[in-house]
Amino acid sequence: MSAGPGNGTSLSQKPVPFAANPGVRLKVEQASYAYQATDRSAPKFTLGPASFEAEQRELVAILGPNASGKSTLLKLLAGLLKPLSGRVELDGSEVSALHLRTRAQRIALVQQESELLFPLRVWEYVLQGRYPYGRRLRFESEEDCLLAGNALAQVGADALRDRWMDRLSGGEKQRVILARALAQQPALLLLDEPTQHLDIGGKVELLRRLRRMADENRYTVIVVTHELNLAAEFADRIVLLHKGKSLRIGTPGEVYERQLLEEVFEAPLEVELRTSGRPRVILGSSH
Amino acid sequence: MRPLTPRRIVLISGLLCVALFGVVVLALRMGAYPISLRDIVFTLCREALGRRDEISSEFWLVIFGLRLPRIALAILVGGALATAGAGFQALLRNPLADPYVLGLSSGAALGAMLSLVLAPHTVGVIQAGAFVGAAATTATVYFLGRRGGQLDSPTLLLAGIISASFLSAAIMFLGTTLSGRDQRGMVFWLMGDLATPPSIDLKWLYFVLLVTLGCIYTTASDLNLILTGEQEARHLGVNVNRVKMVVYVAGSLLTGLAVSVGGAIGYVGLLVPHTMRMLFGTDYRLLIPTSAIGGAIILVVADTLARTVVAPTELPVGAMTALAGAPVFIYLMRRRVR
Repeated sequence: MSAGPGNGTSLSQKPVPFAANPGVRLKVEQASYAYQATDRSAPKFTLGPASFEAEQRELVAILGPNASGKSTLLKLLAGLLKPLSGRVELDGSEVSALHLRTRAQRIALVQQESELLFPLRVWEYVLQGRYPYGRRLRFESEEDCLLAGNALAQVGADALRDRWMDRLSGGEKQRVILARALAQQPALLLLDEPTQHLDIGGKVELLRRLRRMADENRYTVIVVTHELNLAAEFADRIVLLHKGKSLRIGTPGEVYERQLLEEVFEAPLEVELRTSGRPRVILGSSH
Repeated sequence: MRPLTPRRIVLISGLLCVALFGVVVLALRMGAYPISLRDIVFTLCREALGRRDEISSEFWLVIFGLRLPRIALAILVGGALATAGAGFQALLRNPLADPYVLGLSSGAALGAMLSLVLAPHTVGVIQAGAFVGAAATTATVYFLGRRGGQLDSPTLLLAGIISASFLSAAIMFLGTTLSGRDQRGMVFWLMGDLATPPSIDLKWLYFVLLVTLGCIYTTASDLNLILTGEQEARHLGVNVNRVKMVVYVAGSLLTGLAVSVGGAIGYVGLLVPHTMRMLFGTDYRLLIPTSAIGGAIILVVADTLARTVVAPTELPVGAMTALAGAPVFIYLMRRRVR
């Protein structure tokens, strides 16, 4: 685990050989990004260089207030954006240089779902996760169906298989979207604010499930979230972003400092340590 | 879980082909000169077996000289328009996308008229002009229909409807000032009509149709994913820009092809893909072939009605499709609003 801008590098430098640490799966080295001023669809925003590593079975939470660069960082990790400087490597390969299908076999990104144009059954939706494994005009094999079925079972959505996507509740839909990502059999699972439309029970259940998946399936899971306490409870590492800068990277205990969190989130907060050794954030009295 | 298999596609397409054959035989029977079904079947069999000398010259003229070429034209135009509609609905992410409603057919018609003015005697110039017209209008509507970098459904439809009305006005202007030079007249370009045989050999048009359908079919799996969102499709490994370019060019070609020989026939691209979705599901691997065959069936039926319901006068076939298509458009629009 390396944090902050201390281990500086530039594009001209040769990549550090990944074999040096066989446990490391995702390696982010001084990766930065800036939206161009001409890009009207995006705000003028710069993500300063960020460096961290994540191993198999690790759950990393990216935290920060709105417009701190969380989603931009996630897009860099997904290979959807090419870093302006630095590198993002998955198992030694630069993710933005991977072939589209190869990338989809190794990285699954769960975003807020967009509106479906035509109704679709749950199993049809989950089977789409097998797309990266076929040729251009592909027909699903029995193995694809089996894997899609397993993915549904893994998120506890077996019973939803024949339901229509547009008739599901928020929590059910979230599980099905996760199942499609699992059907991709990725090494790296990225989730952009997956708890946004869930009630507290749904949030805890989702994080617990992600934790179990990371442990059992040896996924590396990266979650962008606003849920400070859930992140403290379930994540191994925290990346704290503020105004495009990665302020601190470390275990929840290392990152959750009262003064730091108050500065970042601009709210009176208190941090207490639970008996489990993990911190908890509560609303403090206003100054 | 019952994923789509090639066998199911062949089976359903085969059944629709049988239905198309039935409709063609019935269409051959209908008209001013009465021919019994038995005679039609015998005549078709004799022609297929190469025994033309056993066919009476009257039957041959009515069936092979008059009715069959027109039916072949209806199959070509119907198949092209329905497939273009299915393609544009995915490309523009809008269930109400139809070459006619969005003004793409009017663009093709204007392109064809202009090409007739510029190079009246060149073979294939109408088709080339119609393709350029359709492609230019599609690009215009696509960019006018965007808000904040994203396609916006109501904006897109408004942009299409306004483009259609503007282009229709331009067609009327051109049709009026050039009357006498253009043999087809404004009703052909504005409403569509299959009464005039094309100036180019049908087999070339069929060749272009089949190649284009083949091209668009290669994107069928990708289109299924694009329907759930372009971003998602990209994450799943779809080369979205390539697919959009293929569908854009193929859709414009199909629209141009149909309009160049049949005029701006409306609503086939809306009516047929939606009917096929209701019958067989939304999977584009099945939707593309069923739309192509379904479009052929619908237009053969519509054209047969157009030439027989008020006989001896003929209606433009576009009037028949609009009578059926406009209520469907309103139904789909209201369902969407809810």
